[in-house]
Amino acid sequence: MENIIETPKLALTKQDFESDRMVKWCPGCGDHAILKAVENVFPELGIPKENFVVVSGIGCSSRFPYYMNTYGVHGIHGRAAALATGVKLANPELSVWMITGDGDSMAIGGNHFIHVVRRNPDINILLFNNKIYGLTKGQFSPTSPEGSKTKTSPQGTYEAPFNPGELVIGAHGKFFARVVDTNIKMMSQVFTEAAKHKGTSVVEILENCVIFNNQIHALITSRETKDENQLFLEAGEPMIFGKERDKGIVLRGTNLEVVKIGENGITEKDILVHDPCTEDSGIHVMLASMMPPEFPAALGVIRSVKSHTFEELVWNSVEHEKKTSKLKNVDDLLHTGNTWVKQ
Amino acid sequence: MSDKKDRIIELKNAVIRFAGDSGDGMQLTGSLFSDSTAIVGNDFATFPDYPAEIRAPQGTVSGVSGFQIHFGDMDIHTSGDQADVLVAMNPASLKANMNWITREAIIIVDTDAFVEKNFKKAGYDENPLTDGSLLGHLVIEAPITTMTKEAVKDLQLDNKSAQKSKNMFALGMVFFMFNRDYEGTFKFFEDKFKSNPLVVEANKKVLLAGYHFANTIEAFANTYKVEPAPLKKGLYRNVTGNLATSWGFLAAAERSGRNLFLGSYPITPASEILQEISKHKQFTAIAFQAEDEIAGIVSAIGASYAGSLAITTTSGPGLSLKSEAIGLAVMTELPIVIVDVQRGGPSTGLPTKSEQSDLMQALYGRNGEAPVIVIAATSSSDCFYAAYEASKLALEHMTPVILLTDGALANGSEVFLIPKVASLPEIAPPIVKANDPDYKPYKRDEKKLNRPWAIPGTEGLRHRVGGLEKEDITGHVSYDPLNHEKMIKLRQEKVDRVAEYIPELSVIGEKEGDVLVVGWGGTYGVILTAIEELREEGKKISFAHFKHIMPLPKNTGDVLSKYKRIVVCENNLGQFVNYLRMNFPMYDYLQYNKIQGLPFMVAELKAHFNSLLNE
Repeated sequence: MENIIETPKLALTKQDFESDRMVKWCPGCGDHAILKAVENVFPELGIPKENFVVVSGIGCSSRFPYYMNTYGVHGIHGRAAALATGVKLANPELSVWMITGDGDSMAIGGNHFIHVVRRNPDINILLFNNKIYGLTKGQFSPTSPEGSKTKTSPQGTYEAPFNPGELVIGAHGKFFARVVDTNIKMMSQVFTEAAKHKGTSVVEILENCVIFNNQIHALITSRETKDENQLFLEAGEPMIFGKERDKGIVLRGTNLEVVKIGENGITEKDILVHDPCTEDSGIHVMLASMMPPEFPAALGVIRSVKSHTFEELVWNSVEHEKKTSKLKNVDDLLHTGNTWVKQ
Repeated sequence: MSDKKDRIIELKNAVIRFAGDSGDGMQLTGSLFSDSTAIVGNDFATFPDYPAEIRAPQGTVSGVSGFQIHFGDMDIHTSGDQADVLVAMNPASLKANMNWITREAIIIVDTDAFVEKNFKKAGYDENPLTDGSLLGHLVIEAPITTMTKEAVKDLQLDNKSAQKSKNMFALGMVFFMFNRDYEGTFKFFEDKFKSNPLVVEANKKVLLAGYHFANTIEAFANTYKVEPAPLKKGLYRNVTGNLATSWGFLAAAERSGRNLFLGSYPITPASEILQEISKHKQFTAIAFQAEDEIAGIVSAIGASYAGSLAITTTSGPGLSLKSEAIGLAVMTELPIVIVDVQRGGPSTGLPTKSEQSDLMQALYGRNGEAPVIVIAATSSSDCFYAAYEASKLALEHMTPVILLTDGALANGSEVFLIPKVASLPEIAPPIVKANDPDYKPYKRDEKKLNRPWAIPGTEGLRHRVGGLEKEDITGHVSYDPLNHEKMIKLRQEKVDRVAEYIPELSVIGEKEGDVLVVGWGGTYGVILTAIEELREEGKKISFAHFKHIMPLPKNTGDVLSKYKRIVVCENNLGQFVNYLRMNFPMYDYLQYNKIQGLPFMVAELKAHFNSLLNE
């Protein structure tokens, strides 16, 4: 007979995770909505509340741990990925969440970011992408569009931006998703998927900075244009979008293309069906690269591929060595090799 | 042939230097000689001297790799100033080492390598064996390469493999010279080359050939013997500083009941610690090779927050990169040990050479008021105890500790009396129990002023830490000016109070008088030897050596006050002497500094102290 072990449903609520600290983000900042979504998700994951650890780097978003009633570390600029890796390796039982921004993880912490993705520890990374430096008051970031006029680029930037999804997939990432800060429901759904994924999951949140980069994602998020510019991906579903749900994505040659269903003989059957689980990252990276006005922005889980995690491999090795090593304690170790007795 | 026993001369101590091209296997030769020295029961210390390049151009002076061993029938504290015996496998190794041998040193050379093209590579105009430059030395000329090939000709090895064991021919000769038994070395071959019996056979044959050659040619007027040293009873082994450091941490993890976590990035001369810890997953020790120095320490801070004995290992340039993260550990008051195996600086400097020039960086190299405990290992075997104590202090006082060793300690080796882990001092970190109603993240212990350690996964202790200033007791973020000043003083006071938990400074020699010699860290052995020799000669001179730098031992001022003259010796421009000047401005200090990437020599210290005593 099969033994079914049921995880007892933990009677946790949103209130279990709310901190008593005053939240000091600017009114209207996307961070507030993200915080709400996270507070929605945590009680539903079946994880004891003392097993959550929220870590961050530096930036507006990185104040996040102070606003959650969990274990948490507010780290130093760019290094949250290393902090998270240390926590997770030291105790794989913990549910580790890393909060970071486009400056923290794409600029000063770019190195750690690609390496954590490559190693694939089971860490959930929420990347708040507002395409600007907020905490230092309005300088361009590595995701600011080329030509962005900011305090440090009065004539516009001269550099090409990073697209976080391309970086994740380029670094052999197994999970990448994208959401908008204007949709708490979407965030909650995708954060839950990210939490359930074993391995490093990166969720890029297209976030608005009301003060220094207002409406940067307006084309994707505003009421008027969002339907035409958001493609919410779901596994096994055709990539259809538009207010009238009459537009879709097809693969033509080696490129993606937007088509209208019903025109030029295109039917729903011609539309690409989303498969986030395929190992091949070709379509995933193309989806991650899509941006208005030519394309809708791909939202939801773009890539979710199963793989072993870093800590799993390390700890399997620990267990194996414990079983097979002749050295049972440090005294044994001190006595290995050439020793001699002085009478 | 007369019985060689008639010609045995007893020596109190001797220094041998094996030198060859960096591919000649001199490090192995040296370590095998060390093993046989251990079996004889001598005390000894060794030091490798190898180029920064893995394989510098063959036959050139920059490609010379050396290994020196100093052994004796008494306590040996240094690897020796100058060699009594030099094995030179080619002209370059002769040239590179002429300054490191005594005037009467015996020189063994492989004459097969003393040919025109090698003279050129080594920068000799003429054959040094015949140009009179070795006058005063006994030179043993042995066609080592030829005889090595001859010895293994039955084994049908290819030419390259056949020549590879020529270092064992030299070892065989030195074994004969010092009346050593080769059985232990044979055992080593059998273990090391288990899968390749041909190599075992070849090495044995060549070593024996060297041994018999030395016996047959009667080139040695005498052979030598060094009696066992009066070491304390017990079980001994040989350790390098890096090995001892690694094992000290493993012992501390076991004794404290914490898992060891090392976050590190390879760097000379510290990489061996990362390599060693990587081997010991059976003790639940996790070695994480990070993507850079910063990730090395930051991952360790993460692991420390999660309840591990967390450490990071590096050398000077890496310590620079870790500065900001050390500040985070200061602010979050998490235990972590940062090992800096010092090398010649600044910048990339002299990666394979030794220096003591990171002291100020260790003490002050951070933004803000960021006090940490600083301790400095005093010998290769002391690295074990220093790593253990650094861990104990970090865990019990909830603070970063910087452990300074150096390239000379790290790569040098010496005899180590193996302790029982259970006999080491207890380590009791202030871990909070689940649901402790009194728990506050920054509520301090009254005596130590440490904060409690609440480990994620424990019920009822959820809390946040971070780099922003903390409110006293609650640990909430606080920008309050008075709170900031209070916290700064508390963090400093916490480190200052560690003085109550470390040993007092002891003095060798008169407890008051004319000259007090002061040293710190890795120079202990060489200064001690100089002082012992002077005192045996009847000189009145005292010596105090510092292992604990921040805080200083409580009685430091007392000790310094008892002498007319204080001379501080260190391998930098005077960093420790300036630290003493700052802390104890009422005394005058003389200083003696050497910054050549090389340790002090006993002779130069003695000469300097003698000149002081004669003033």
